[in-house]
Amino acid sequence: MSMTTPSTASQTPHAEWGRVRPARRTADRAMKLIATGFTFLAIFVLFWILGMLIVKGIGGLSLATFTQVTPGPGSEGGGLANAIVGSIVLTFLGIAVATPIGVLAGTYLAEYGKGSQLANLIRFINDILLSAPSILIGLFVYVILVEPFRGYSGWAGGVALGIIAIPVIVRTTEDMLRLVPGPLREAGAALGAPPSVVITSVTWRAAKSGMVTGILLALARIAGETAPLIFTALNNNFWFSPTLSGGVSNLPVTIYQFASAPYENWQQLAWAGSLIITVSILLLSLIARRIVRGSK
Amino acid sequence: MTAVTQTMPAAAAPLRKTPKGTFDIVFRNASFLAALFVLVLLAGIMLSMVVGGWPAFREFGFGFITSSVWDTQNDQYGAWPAIVGTLSTALIALVIGVPLSLGIAVYLTQLAPPWFKQPVATAIELLAAVPSIIYGMWGLFVFVPLFAAYVQVPLSNIVEGLPIVGTVLYSRSPSGLGIFTAGIILAFMIIPFIASITRDMLEQIPSVLRESAYGIGATTWEVVRHVLVPQAGVSIIGAVMLGLGRALGETMAVTFVVGNANRLSASILDPGSTIASRIANEFNEALGLQLNALIALGCILFFVTFVVLVIARILVSRVKTY
Repeated sequence: MSMTTPSTASQTPHAEWGRVRPARRTADRAMKLIATGFTFLAIFVLFWILGMLIVKGIGGLSLATFTQVTPGPGSEGGGLANAIVGSIVLTFLGIAVATPIGVLAGTYLAEYGKGSQLANLIRFINDILLSAPSILIGLFVYVILVEPFRGYSGWAGGVALGIIAIPVIVRTTEDMLRLVPGPLREAGAALGAPPSVVITSVTWRAAKSGMVTGILLALARIAGETAPLIFTALNNNFWFSPTLSGGVSNLPVTIYQFASAPYENWQQLAWAGSLIITVSILLLSLIARRIVRGSK
Repeated sequence: MTAVTQTMPAAAAPLRKTPKGTFDIVFRNASFLAALFVLVLLAGIMLSMVVGGWPAFREFGFGFITSSVWDTQNDQYGAWPAIVGTLSTALIALVIGVPLSLGIAVYLTQLAPPWFKQPVATAIELLAAVPSIIYGMWGLFVFVPLFAAYVQVPLSNIVEGLPIVGTVLYSRSPSGLGIFTAGIILAFMIIPFIASITRDMLEQIPSVLRESAYGIGATTWEVVRHVLVPQAGVSIIGAVMLGLGRALGETMAVTFVVGNANRLSASILDPGSTIASRIANEFNEALGLQLNALIALGCILFFVTFVVLVIARILVSRVKTY
């Protein structure tokens, strides 16, 4: 440890710690240790949550989970079939609402609105909506679609999820279209194609994988949303109506209602549902990220 | 790219048969309207909150914000306990979450071996993908019992009878549920957002700056403290504000662990409620003025988060966040 004295340090200029005073060295080591520790703490929490879901959820998974409807209070057995199907229907309804609007709005921001003040404002507001609390979007849809029509419905739930998905799709679409090099557009225009044709058959085509990723990310974002559904689609312990009127069963609200219920099979189903929903969402996110990295 | 060049003539050909440029005009206007729709959405949310909450604001006036009474029997509503709960859970989340996030960002940009960076970054981002309700389940069934047994009970025994800390940190019934627990869960939920923006900011700093600091003999800590943090300063504050925006409006996780008490307690370890948890809890049973009062709560939440997010976005100005 003679390295700390100035005289030896000047003789060994390449020694890692050179003329660094012990206090500086300690501060540096402490910081590195703390930063590393914090990172591993966060990763530990992720694996803790996943481990908890597997340990508590796997016991509740069986064929019946996917084939039987949610059990009534105090009744035996049951599954999550209606909740799973309802969740899929609501999520895809949300994506169906959000994709055309999101893709077109993103296209406007990237292709038509370059440098315009209005486009800058829209971009700014979209970024705000991206982080807006989902519960407020649930309240909004309640006020415009549930209260006037006097009843919860799957349509309201789908619209609420769609509104949450729109900013995600707008943002990724714009970012991905901006990555498309200008000369591609010019080549299209030189062939006599009007802007709309250049956009739809050159720019969109070149940015396709990125735009699909945006939709997948939006899907992952809305699939686990609970708060907005409480005010819109609510839930249903039976098969919901094919017209999606009245409550539509869905996994997140079912988990919310079953988790702290006094019936053991309800709790078991809540854990199984949590495992199903988390694994699907994490897989979706991983796939979306893989596509982004592959396309770069 | 070859596919693009091949299809171009084919795509352009049919256009000559249609009236010149009809599709072009329709497409342009459709995308313009879709972009305007984003503005309409925000205006609509704002308007619906104000209109829906108006009867409550009219009935109680300014007292709606300052009153602590939430009495469904006599239709008396005040938002104060929920406002304080919202602000204190978010503040606790920042106090815990910000140092953790900055540590993670420093680790990812300065310390991690290259092969390890991607997996760690993905793991941190996956923390953001875990649904809110799962954090609630983890909080209620795993974290809360541990927190009650190993933190609340010993802490209450230590601080009992002491001035100030004996009030703030004392829990009358150490159930594990409460404002502080909600803050801890929120901290882990906002980490991925703050950490990933801060990481992007640190990576954008020209490496010349870092190298010259190392060149004059600075340690890694000194480079971070005196070069990187001042450079990225404003955008780090923006990232923190963005995290704050998330924490303020988070619903399901908080509803599970906050205890949902309607009164205000002096201790941060006691149960309380936030605006979002109150709305989620009472909404489906609410009628008449109570429903208006809940939407009015949503209105307050909207304006608070709106201001926070506007400041955040101005400070961060365009970084990648999905």
